[in-house]
Amino acid sequence: MGRTLAEKVWDQHLVRKGEGEEPDLLYIDLHLVHEVTSPQAFDGLRLAGRKVRRPDLTVATEDHNVPTVDTNLPIADPVSRTQVETLRKNCAEFGVPLYPMNHAEQGIVHVVGPQLGLTQPGLTVVCGDSHTSTHGAFGAMAFGIGTSEVEHVLATQTLPLKRFKTMAINVNSKDGKLRPGVTSKDVILAIIAQIGTGGGQGYVLEYRGNVIENLSMEARMTICNMSIEAGARAGMIAPDDTTFEYLKGRDRAPKGADWDEAVAAWRELRTDDDAVFDAEVTIDADALTPFVTWGTNPGQGLPLSERVPDPSRIADENERIAAEKALAYMGLEPGTPLRDIRVDTVFVGSCTNGRIEDLRAAADVIKGRKVADGVRMLVVPGSMRVRAQAEAEGLDEVFKAAGAEWRSAGCSMCLGMNPDQLAPGERSASTSNRNFEGRQGKGGRTHLVSPLVAAATAVRGTLSSPEDLN
Amino acid sequence: MEPFRTHTGIGVPLRRSNVDTDQIIPAVYLKRVTRTGFQDGLFSAWRAQEDFILNQEPYSRGSVLVAGPDFGTGSSREHAVWALMDYGFRVVISSRFADIFRGNSAKQGLLAAQVAQPDVELLWKLLENEPGTEVTVDLEEKTVQARDLTVPFQIDDYTRWRLLEGLDDIGLTLRHADAIAAFEASRPKRLPTTI
Repeated sequence: MGRTLAEKVWDQHLVRKGEGEEPDLLYIDLHLVHEVTSPQAFDGLRLAGRKVRRPDLTVATEDHNVPTVDTNLPIADPVSRTQVETLRKNCAEFGVPLYPMNHAEQGIVHVVGPQLGLTQPGLTVVCGDSHTSTHGAFGAMAFGIGTSEVEHVLATQTLPLKRFKTMAINVNSKDGKLRPGVTSKDVILAIIAQIGTGGGQGYVLEYRGNVIENLSMEARMTICNMSIEAGARAGMIAPDDTTFEYLKGRDRAPKGADWDEAVAAWRELRTDDDAVFDAEVTIDADALTPFVTWGTNPGQGLPLSERVPDPSRIADENERIAAEKALAYMGLEPGTPLRDIRVDTVFVGSCTNGRIEDLRAAADVIKGRKVADGVRMLVVPGSMRVRAQAEAEGLDEVFKAAGAEWRSAGCSMCLGMNPDQLAPGERSASTSNRNFEGRQGKGGRTHLVSPLVAAATAVRGTLSSPEDLN
Repeated sequence: MEPFRTHTGIGVPLRRSNVDTDQIIPAVYLKRVTRTGFQDGLFSAWRAQEDFILNQEPYSRGSVLVAGPDFGTGSSREHAVWALMDYGFRVVISSRFADIFRGNSAKQGLLAAQVAQPDVELLWKLLENEPGTEVTVDLEEKTVQARDLTVPFQIDDYTRWRLLEGLDDIGLTLRHADAIAAFEASRPKRLPTTI
């Protein structure tokens, strides 16, 4: 019987097959590190007198906890400063390359890997961050790990893992395209609403179908990024010419004869026709319209044209209680049209939607328009390279002319760890990935949206799609 | 890691599904570089509300948390496990755990016991009707017992063995150092490096 893409990558990294109940031992090709989930792991190495086994397969950047303004000044919060300085000390001591604040390559770890060409098809990629699933867009097997596992990979360059189950997510439309105004963000929000926040548990998702094949690498990364929001270990897309085109010429991509050898190997990385997935899900992309979340988990989403749901009509008791709690937290009344929901803040950025294509899409909508009175719009590029590219294209001027704030690279308001936070009760339309209670600041309320919806919402002040601006 | 065999402590009913790791410990508490001292961040937003279960005696002294489905979703932060343990929890019971959370728990010796939802409902009722009820979790027998109620829980055999023995993962892996070196030598030279 044939194998799925995920099974092929797994088999290629098998250091040792587990006996009986024992997990397999997998080799890790690329380990991405950042300041928040690594200090205790480096401490563990020191305590045990261990080294980093392969610093040349490890790279660190500062992203979660760095400010996005005044980046030339010392970090004002002493606890944050200590954490960033600890990463610098650890990287120096253990020989791990680091892209610190203000470096041309600094940025969100999941933007940095792909743009350097480090993220390649068929690799195993890990990071102490759940959105590591992003890298699966290249046909890599990429997943988030905890700090103990970070230490394990630093020490051994391997991880003991139970084999994942596989799930196909088939996304098709008649012409292979999405309707105007619909983006890959809407696709993944609709998938999560369909299968639920636990629907992917234990699975690697493989996104397939004519819509996926026609997506750019940036759009594919947005989809794979949010696999974890469906509870999945990883999300993958088979590499194709779009992937190879994106990689060719990047700093760390193979060159010359190595390139040809690599492409030949990468072309083998597809699910065999006779392979069988453990589960399959189908999405009708012709029916998709812009999608937003109304609740406090990413599965609580609906098309923008709908209304806030009525919990009393939800049959399942746990889901009903969850919906009641979500609406109370979000300050929303059942039956309110989603388009009538007024926001205070619009955030464009994050590892989900902080890439150049996302900024172009948002700029395209907001060009020549103004951010509505009483609304604050933050645009935070995913990396310094994205920022430089955007500035070369004049996107920063478009945002600034509209009244938005143009920032330096980092995770920023996605997780409210640095000073970019919502105040209690404030409401945001956010291109990020999580609408959990307090995620963007204590008491803050988050609606997850695409960059197009974010920009249109900034202009109108209520949740909107670009077609509402005409 | 300390071996885990049985634990007995006050059960805390948490009637919430999708308790994500941002609820367990918000990001602002993740700035520390130590591995301990995270108890003040545990459920910090909910603990600010007077009627939250952990603000009530005797639940505040609980060590067995009984939660709704999909516990530990979201971020990979192991700080969620550290915060639960620093507060005093030794066991979390749920009908479904997020994968990364379950993995992180196993590394630290926090038992993530998977109990069928109808049994979780029974435990909730019992713990709510009789606050302070002690719950005994037996890892060898894979049972949860409170007063007259005994229900089974699931955990994979490998994790169970590791917890019972208190074994360190890195030490186990390094027993296979030769296999790692052999694999490493066979990797194609074209694969990317960061230096």
